[in-house]
Amino acid sequence: MALKHVNAVVVGAGAGGGVVAKELSEAGLSVVILERGGWVSFEEHGQDELLNQRTTALGNAYGPDDRSPRVVETGPGTWEIVMPHEGGYSNNAACVGSGTVSYGAMAWRYMEKDFRMRSTYGAPEGSTLEDWPISYDDLEPFYEKAEQEVGVSGDMSANPFAAPRRRAYPMPAFPYNTEGRILEAAAKRLGLHPFPIPMLRNSVPYGGRNACVHNRYCCGFACPNNAKNGTHNTVIPRALATGNCELRTHSMAREVVVDDRGVARGVRYFDESDAEQLQTADLVVVSGGAIETARLLLNSRSRLFPNGAGNRYDWVGRNLQGHAYCGADGLFEEKTFDDVGPGATIAISDFNHGNPGLRGGAALCNEFIRPPYGFSGMRPPGQPSWGKAHKEFQRRFYKRSVSIRGPVQEMPVFDARMQIDPSVTDHWGIPVARLSGSRHLHDIEIGRVMAARAQAWLMEAGAVATWTNVPGPGLSGGQHQAGTCRMGTDPKTSVANRFGQVHDIENLFLSDASLHVTNGGFNPVLTIMALGYWVGGHIRARWKDGKLT
Amino acid sequence: MNGAEYAAGGGGAISRRTALKLGLVGVLGAAVGAGSTAAIARLGKAVQPRYRFFTDTEADLLIDICEQIIPRDDVPGATDTGAIRYIDRQLCGPLSRHQRAYRRGLESFRKTCLRTYKASFQELAPSLKIEALRSIERGEAPKELWDDPPAKGFFNLVLAHTMQSFYGSPRHGGNRDYASYRMLGLDYPQIVGQNRYRKA
Repeated sequence: MALKHVNAVVVGAGAGGGVVAKELSEAGLSVVILERGGWVSFEEHGQDELLNQRTTALGNAYGPDDRSPRVVETGPGTWEIVMPHEGGYSNNAACVGSGTVSYGAMAWRYMEKDFRMRSTYGAPEGSTLEDWPISYDDLEPFYEKAEQEVGVSGDMSANPFAAPRRRAYPMPAFPYNTEGRILEAAAKRLGLHPFPIPMLRNSVPYGGRNACVHNRYCCGFACPNNAKNGTHNTVIPRALATGNCELRTHSMAREVVVDDRGVARGVRYFDESDAEQLQTADLVVVSGGAIETARLLLNSRSRLFPNGAGNRYDWVGRNLQGHAYCGADGLFEEKTFDDVGPGATIAISDFNHGNPGLRGGAALCNEFIRPPYGFSGMRPPGQPSWGKAHKEFQRRFYKRSVSIRGPVQEMPVFDARMQIDPSVTDHWGIPVARLSGSRHLHDIEIGRVMAARAQAWLMEAGAVATWTNVPGPGLSGGQHQAGTCRMGTDPKTSVANRFGQVHDIENLFLSDASLHVTNGGFNPVLTIMALGYWVGGHIRARWKDGKLT
Repeated sequence: MNGAEYAAGGGGAISRRTALKLGLVGVLGAAVGAGSTAAIARLGKAVQPRYRFFTDTEADLLIDICEQIIPRDDVPGATDTGAIRYIDRQLCGPLSRHQRAYRRGLESFRKTCLRTYKASFQELAPSLKIEALRSIERGEAPKELWDDPPAKGFFNLVLAHTMQSFYGSPRHGGNRDYASYRMLGLDYPQIVGQNRYRKA
């Protein structure tokens, strides 16, 4: 039996898809969201250090599971099948809310220059560095909407580098924990400008939900108190409350059906019982995350787009990027641990731009509280990792250590990419993503400089021993995956236009980090949500008399 | 946040519960198939194997290796807290893809000790045990005994899994009585959902 035709089908209930679904259903469109995962809860896995979205020794708590393998290039001409919880997979999550259920919830706006990287710095050799087709000013009202509607706690008054904002955060910033207080004083002595990290967590009750109780472990876990704001507990419930939106969980999209005239007709997918279904719609929004969105487009072949929807010029799946994480670790004589979670409270933005001879940079933040197993791998170079010395180190320093990390803005590389694997298919018989390439050497160069800055900060804070972490050359992606369907003005060098509409397919839109031309020196989620409001707002403006105009 | 930072290896498609179910079905099926009530009666008396994956000999060796990695001092070590139980269980669950590495690696390790020290690992003096493990860790072992897994790879696997057993949730078989949490001065089990801290 044919499914009832709807106005819009949204693929993926994550940061981007959740927001778009809410924007469209509130405007009166009938919407179906297809989400391959299900609803998840804290109770399922609690605070299990071995089984969450960050440490996946025994699996991913919130998906996907082994029905969704990928293929990863392990060396020149060698490939390996990897499962979602294994290294190199570049996993996000597969559940209602996706990564926003279990993220660390840093709520960054990118800076003005992050949208104009090419005109600010020029592209280094071997990079497809480009400006976004939209500016910070274009996106500013939508950042604000995301902060207000999803809920952000913050205060940028101490950060002179922050991009201008018209409206204050809806909730006050979180106070510093012990690490934050130690680092704040040190940063000021160094002439830096520390400020509290903006967070998609409630510092006070907000949106009918609780305030954060400063649980020890947060990043990688669902919230036991419902105080962490994702799309699963904000915009998606609001979309469902309109009565116009239906959420179908355990529904795996196979292809966007594009007809011979280049019009998207709907989405073919497998339902909960693995039966194939066709959901027809007036418009389609794909928001599966950078890798899965590109995969779906490439798997959507039609007469006008024999190499996949939007892939006329071979740009879909290219420029895969994430963040080249760098930083430093330090050991202290005084106690730094106060069990006030989630731990990450303080940041500096002094080095996001303006690093002599370098393009971009990174925000530097203190880390989330390191669980004991994770800490067992945190050692200065040369320190034994086992035996008596291991135990003594754990006892002496578990509560006397501070880490600083920064997401280095990467230079996009054309050959860092996802493709469709020619032979491997998933549980549903859909060809899987195949990842290959490596990051630009410039990322490592900046990483080294940023790591040294972090180290100097820790030394000023009184660390008795410090060491740096510099990113390697391996392919980027991971939870911050972006760039595979970049937006642009020229259809020959981009996949979507400035409103997220795929070039030449009038009613096919994208809404996730695949659109990002560059990925900022910050965690990307608030930008993904802002883009969701931007794309959703555009569709709403074009929606007249029951159709897209 | 950095997702890859703490990620450790692991894998396998069959959940522990499924494996258990399959195992049970196999035993009962065979007994009923034989059509013998005597066979069913004997089932109850059969000696339960101590481990799901390891033989007793393998387990004895691995227990001693794990104990060197996290030795007992004034607080419990790997043996006391159930490292073997954790690894054995997970090898029949999410870590099943490492079964082969353990089976072959332990055999390579056994032979290496016999060749180098003319004695089994368990018979070595404490300082020699550490020396033996250090050379495995550095990959300084007879190559012909360690083609797959390589010595270093095997060591890192056991190291990671021993740490997981000691610091992970007791629900997976290790960290008996939250010994590591006590050692680090963390509350156990973790208290959540209480407003113990000053308000924002």
